[in-house]
Amino acid sequence: MISNTEVIDILNKIGDKIIEEKDFLTELDRPIGDNDHGINMAKGFTEVKKKLEGMADADLGTIFKNTGMTLVSTVGGSSGPLYGTAFMKMGMTLGAKKEMSLEDFLTALQAGVEGVGQRGRSTTEEKTMLDAMVPALNAMKEAAAAGQEAKSVLAAGVQAARAGVEHTKDLIATKGRASYVGERGIGHQDPGATSFTFMLETAADNLSAAQ
Amino acid sequence: MVGIVIVSHSKNLAESIAEFTTLMADGACVAAAGGTDDGGFGTSFQKIYDAIDSVYSEDGVILLMDMGSAVMTAEMVLEMYGSDKVVMADCPVVEGAVVATINAQAGMSREEILEALKDVGKTPKF
Repeated sequence: MISNTEVIDILNKIGDKIIEEKDFLTELDRPIGDNDHGINMAKGFTEVKKKLEGMADADLGTIFKNTGMTLVSTVGGSSGPLYGTAFMKMGMTLGAKKEMSLEDFLTALQAGVEGVGQRGRSTTEEKTMLDAMVPALNAMKEAAAAGQEAKSVLAAGVQAARAGVEHTKDLIATKGRASYVGERGIGHQDPGATSFTFMLETAADNLSAAQ
Repeated sequence: MVGIVIVSHSKNLAESIAEFTTLMADGACVAAAGGTDDGGFGTSFQKIYDAIDSVYSEDGVILLMDMGSAVMTAEMVLEMYGSDKVVMADCPVVEGAVVATINAQAGMSREEILEALKDVGKTPKF
């Protein structure tokens, strides 16, 4: 189980990581997107970090919904409504809980990933964040079903997300601005899949430290 | 009168489209929601929300979006706004804005305007 304050700590560290990787994520977006993924995400998470300051007593539903709403309100690009929807859907499944089990987390993430698919009207193999999210979620569900500890479950998720990011290099985008680039996007990894992988890595690293 | 909201990644583009509609439908109820809160390229949840508020009446509001995040953010605003009288139209934004405002000003209902907007992308230019 991890508590609401531990979740806030992890979300803050995710924010730090995204802000730290701002230039790298923007650089990835330059050849295939509109050259703003890192800038937009850093802007959003700077505001999320401010919002989290007053949430130490809040339940997980409120923490995740506020994170999502802040991203929708401040990111400005497509990652705003996509990540915003993901966090808000996660918040809906967590509700009034103040601690989260591995099972709670996977149920929430499942809802979040489905939310991204609905919002973007997209699925895997379209060179989007879903190409990291879906394999990561599946790998974690498998590891959890095999009875593994939270720490190794998240490690399995990170490994699958990284492989998913690599796979986006081979894909032709059919969604977003990258779809206009078509075949010229081959060889470039998707920025959204990359930022999701950074988030999961940060969660995994800090879960290990907390357990 | 049905209100029309123009959602674009660009502040100038949204405002110019809104201004352009006055050429053929002066007096229509149209609002622009372009760019991010700080004036950059992108879409703003708050600007869309406020633009809907500014043209809202019992006749409802139709949103026209350029692409990508404009569509997704508009969709999230509608979910929060919680009125089935506020809807999005899937059509080219400039031509759609002209058709929507002319029809709104003529007193057509939301459903009738949405129906007219369905054909906007199909009209050949030459």
